[in-house]
Amino acid sequence: MGARLVGAQVQRLEDPRLLTGKGQYVDDIVLPGMVQAAFVRSTHAHARIVSIDTTAARAMPGVRGVFTLNDLGPAVARDRMPQTAPSPAIRRSVTQYVLARDEVCYVGEAVVMVVADTRHQAEDAAARVLIDYDVLPAVVDCRAALTGQTAAHHGAADNLAARLSVGFGDIEAAFRTAPHRVTLTLDQHRGVAHSMEGRAVLAAQDAVSGKLTVWSATQSPYMVRRFLARVLGIDEQDLRVIAPDVGGGFGPKAVFYPEEAALAAAAVKLGRPVKWAEDRKEHFVSTTNQRDQHWQMDVAFDDTGKIHGIRGHVQHDNGAYLPYGLILAATSLAPFPGAYALPALQMTLDVIYTNTTPTSPVRGAGRPNAIFAIERAVDRVADHLGLDPAEVRRANFVRADQFPYVTGMKARDGSPVAYDSGDYAACLDRALDMADAAGFPARRDAARAQGRYLGIGVASFIEDTGLGPFEGATVRVTPKGRVTVLTGAASQGQGHATTLAQVVADGLGVALTDVTVISADTERFSYGAGTIASRIAVTAGSSAHLAAAKVRDKVLRYASDKLEVAIGDLELNGGFVHVAGVPEMRISLGDVALALAGTVGQRVPSGLEPGLEATAYFESTATPHSSGSTVAEVEVDIETGAVTLLNHVIVHDCGKVIHPGIVDGQITGGAVHGIGNALFEDMLYDAEGQPVSTNFGEYLLPTATEMPPIRIGHLETLSPLNPLGVKGAGESGTIPAIPAVVRAVENALAPFGVQINRYPLNPERVVNLIDASRGKT
Amino acid sequence: MSGLITITLRLNGEDVTATVPARESLVDFLRERMGLTGAHVGCAHGVCGACTVRVDGQSVRGCLTLAAQVDGAEVETVEGLSDTGAIADLQEAFHRHNALQCGYCTPGMLVTVAELLDQGGPVPTRAAIREHISGNYCRCTGYQAVVDAVHEVATTRAAQRGEPA
Repeated sequence: MGARLVGAQVQRLEDPRLLTGKGQYVDDIVLPGMVQAAFVRSTHAHARIVSIDTTAARAMPGVRGVFTLNDLGPAVARDRMPQTAPSPAIRRSVTQYVLARDEVCYVGEAVVMVVADTRHQAEDAAARVLIDYDVLPAVVDCRAALTGQTAAHHGAADNLAARLSVGFGDIEAAFRTAPHRVTLTLDQHRGVAHSMEGRAVLAAQDAVSGKLTVWSATQSPYMVRRFLARVLGIDEQDLRVIAPDVGGGFGPKAVFYPEEAALAAAAVKLGRPVKWAEDRKEHFVSTTNQRDQHWQMDVAFDDTGKIHGIRGHVQHDNGAYLPYGLILAATSLAPFPGAYALPALQMTLDVIYTNTTPTSPVRGAGRPNAIFAIERAVDRVADHLGLDPAEVRRANFVRADQFPYVTGMKARDGSPVAYDSGDYAACLDRALDMADAAGFPARRDAARAQGRYLGIGVASFIEDTGLGPFEGATVRVTPKGRVTVLTGAASQGQGHATTLAQVVADGLGVALTDVTVISADTERFSYGAGTIASRIAVTAGSSAHLAAAKVRDKVLRYASDKLEVAIGDLELNGGFVHVAGVPEMRISLGDVALALAGTVGQRVPSGLEPGLEATAYFESTATPHSSGSTVAEVEVDIETGAVTLLNHVIVHDCGKVIHPGIVDGQITGGAVHGIGNALFEDMLYDAEGQPVSTNFGEYLLPTATEMPPIRIGHLETLSPLNPLGVKGAGESGTIPAIPAVVRAVENALAPFGVQINRYPLNPERVVNLIDASRGKT
Repeated sequence: MSGLITITLRLNGEDVTATVPARESLVDFLRERMGLTGAHVGCAHGVCGACTVRVDGQSVRGCLTLAAQVDGAEVETVEGLSDTGAIADLQEAFHRHNALQCGYCTPGMLVTVAELLDQGGPVPTRAAIREHISGNYCRCTGYQAVVDAVHEVATTRAAQRGEPA
């Protein structure tokens, strides 16, 4: 089948509604009799709940119900929230109750839900709920959490959730024989996801059938169905979960949340639809964040910059609970050894509870952290030897002739990790070329002559994408010749409706506009996993391709019989199957669909299965690895500490590019997210565990004015691991952005001998770095 | 706590009279009483710009404006600007340049950009476009495609007016 649309810059099918204000996000949905919820949240980082008095709240105007945990019913109140990502590596799994029972462990933990006719009334009544707390000591810094006496959960012996270990090769020999070593101490911080739409939930029970429907701004409707049914003590078939238009996700919306359960329970109890839309302050404190990691690494290397071994330890602040298993923690080690062929590695990571908002992956999950650490190590090696950092990268890269390259690491299922394809050196060379790195010394010197400080930074990366097990797709042709694609894969702006339609339209020879994609409704498609880990093009894309191929095969067999020609003499084009070279000998796909739809008393023709439709579940059993390199150029004002981004180039290999504009959009948006992490975004807590950056005045997101021109180059080495040859692209912009920008700032400050081990690099920190190096702190 | 106020306004070209609580924000009024859900409540503290609508020709924050304040005013939302075709070229450019992804911030972004384009004059620089949309947060696109789309429309409109490029 010829590719006409895959690879083409077609216009997105999603846009017309969204551009005219006709999107349907959860908070835009109105149901008859609908009432609104507001939550009373813990004001303490750690406290025992002595008593809750809801009397005054219940008497407020418009109030329909005030719910503590026990008011949600015995099934919901019985136990803590389920562990949604179980793992034998979890030492102590602690999740929260749907509403706090007798202890709160972070500021923002939901304690009471108030439901009233309007949100205003619900919030008014919530303000009248009286909670008597007995404040307990809070542990805020994870570095102190393992040594101190303070327990994040009252009565717990310690704060260690898990201890992870990865490694391969003879690390002792590497350090024994390599002539050089450097030690790195890195403090990493990644803040809040900040999809522009917060979380939102609407729950309604059908009065006749009893079926419960939950609309949620989620990345994982099938996971919500599974765990919500479990919490409510109902069967999955009595629960429908729909993710309608969702206004960005970036990771935290993949988590199953207490509010989803609380609203569902309230809707059943009240016999009314109940809606809740998170406000921005709630997003700061009650949607999972990412948080701090503290890295210690030793690197052994030789005179050429070739790294022989890396060993180290990470302290990972997981916040108060473990809602999503060890996914975030594990992805902080999984990207090792990055883009490099490394003989030996030994890394450990402690997952530590603190009395802060729980964590889960934010765009890239732990990969930006790992790549930051690896890339800082490479830069440090280059500095130690006085070599060009790009040269050290080339010396260590997995070479293009080494694929598949078995790294020595183990995947989540225990299988060996292998990089499938790519050309890391080519990506780097092209990025340096696009960024005119060769001309940088002249630019730097000219600027320096004017008292200005320019710096350049390079970062290379790999990204494991297309995480298994599967997303499926059904392709169905209607008697009018229109094509419906059904999939479980939820979209939060990635343009899946367009890319899946491109794949299917190519498979069936129809126009893009003949294809409708329906997704993320558990009633419309049986199974799904979730939109995480840059996996949808690989999984759902491949399934759509395979399902379309099955439909195509059915069309060919039907037409071969009907037109009495060999299958090899048939083509699909313009909505018809026709004899090659004889376009008038044709049957429309709609007529095939009608014939296969069955007529009473007549046999289905050609011995085919009824219905012109097919379902496929492509199982992703090996990991396509995207790769690339970023070059950032910055100017640093040494008086104010302000960093101006001058240029940001990324050359990226995600295999076959299905839609250039969508891929570039993912890369650009991802890069800006990473730049925000590098320079601006800081979720701060005081010593008592009070969050102190809970609005957009205190927590800075990147805006249009600070962003540099971002230029993207593509290398397309096809992945052999799926029929489309694709690799994921959703997080590749983010992953290398932090090390590239941080290195560029460090490079600009090279005259001061500044070494940077921490981000975000806000002006205060930059000035402090300069002052410290000048000895005038 | 909440006195009621009766307001009369011209909303997307139609006269509307409504009685609203004094504390009700304009964006809540539009979304919940008028069914106009294009403007979104992204932060509710006047920073993100997802709630941007037009009042008497100026773009305003729907979350920081009270419904009571628009008594006697002309209010236009993305729905109204779409129906009249006033921003059709801008919407088409956003579509072509992939200047939206999740679309949540897009209605507010369009209203803000429409204000810049309506100012006429020479084609704004990319820096000026960035400055003008700096109060509209977008977590998806990284803004670059938005700037591309706006610059293209500004260039086309200027040419139509006979302005030098």
